[in-house]
Amino acid sequence: MKPGQRWLIGGLVATLATAFAQSANITVPRSIEAGSAFSIQTTGSGQGKLYIVGPDQALARDVQLGESVPFAVGDLYNAGHYFVILTGASTGIAEIDVLPAAKPETLSFLARPSRVPVGLHSGISGAVYVFDSYNNLIVKPMPVSFDLSELAEAPQSRTVTTRNGMAWTEMDSAQKQGAAKFSATAQGVSRERVITEVPGDPCGLTISAHPDAGKLNVQTAPVRDCSGNPIPDGTIVTFTETFKGSQSTVDVPIKKGIASVSMPAYSGAKISVASGVVAGNEIRWGGGQ
Amino acid sequence: MTRRFAIPKLILLCCALGLPLAATAQNPSVRVEIPQLQGSRALERTTETAVIRDYLQSWKSFQTALDQNQAALLDEDFVGTARDKLATAVDDQVKAGIHTRYEDKSHDMQIVFYSPDGLSIQLIDKVEYQEQVFDHDKLLAAKPAHVRYVVILTPSEVRWKVRVFQATAGE
Repeated sequence: MKPGQRWLIGGLVATLATAFAQSANITVPRSIEAGSAFSIQTTGSGQGKLYIVGPDQALARDVQLGESVPFAVGDLYNAGHYFVILTGASTGIAEIDVLPAAKPETLSFLARPSRVPVGLHSGISGAVYVFDSYNNLIVKPMPVSFDLSELAEAPQSRTVTTRNGMAWTEMDSAQKQGAAKFSATAQGVSRERVITEVPGDPCGLTISAHPDAGKLNVQTAPVRDCSGNPIPDGTIVTFTETFKGSQSTVDVPIKKGIASVSMPAYSGAKISVASGVVAGNEIRWGGGQ
Repeated sequence: MTRRFAIPKLILLCCALGLPLAATAQNPSVRVEIPQLQGSRALERTTETAVIRDYLQSWKSFQTALDQNQAALLDEDFVGTARDKLATAVDDQVKAGIHTRYEDKSHDMQIVFYSPDGLSIQLIDKVEYQEQVFDHDKLLAAKPAHVRYVVILTPSEVRWKVRVFQATAGE
């Protein structure tokens, strides 16, 4: 046989081998649930090697061609798109999608903020990501119920269906201060966060003055927010006395719900009060009130 | 309506990896849809740009890590679940004596959620890529793929990192 003929025959054999290799195939389920058992059917005879390769996992098995290759529960568990490759006397390629399990196992619950003033419309927000037991994001729509419960008020509830594995909501803070429980629940799996609802800004801040041994004792009424919650002790109240163009300012923390200070008793002095950005009333001392 | 982002060429990276320049110098085409946001927090343009930039960079880390089987290369761009799962794949590949080359051809992205606390952003990326699996240096198989990814990114000190990186079947 001439060298040229050998090359020709060799080429034909290689081409036929390739054609057979390409025609041999594997039967793979189009998709499986993460972590579930499944099998891949091979064709041909002899030994081969089967690979399942994806960005999140890779498996390799020595196989007997022509037989079914079983994969046990938990073998392939990371959701994603996988490439199935059979090598050996028979070859083939296929694809398989691993889908998240249907049942949620964990919720990633982001609640904001941890402290919020009372009476704030849409002041509390929560976002939930839903994961299965293999930490796959469950992208199939699923209802998530959000509940915000305070001791003194009726709970707020809202049900939101996830999109792309996520659901979110906003809720109003309560009128009364205290600790609120903010929970998210999906198919019996719950996560809870505690939101501390604190008084808002002072409301109706008023002062009165009384002479006391040559001084002027200036005192606030009990300091409360607009919902009637007492402003916490330690909150700073600022008293300002203006007399003949000069001004003196004293910062005083609230104690037992009120703030008081002793100031010089100048006849004709103006005394005002403020806390944060909230201004209270102003009084003029004229020997009386 | 879409926006197009310019991606810096990664010639230096190609040289460092010793890869054929022709194989990687072609950057993927990138299309960014106008965000359709759930959530009450507005998305600033600078934030959007940073998220897209960092996400595209994460693809480079992912490609290099799975091609070279070095999980440490993931650390700069991935955290949490995404990092753990990709590292699992690297370990699996080492055990199986294979490595995988992912070459992204195009990205069609849309940001769909920016959490009210600013601590997570979710985007959808419809990716076209070429996947090649090697047994050591021998090519076992190659095929193109069109895959929809759900991605969650969270901010770190200096960049957005990918926390969830999951291919999904269909919408």
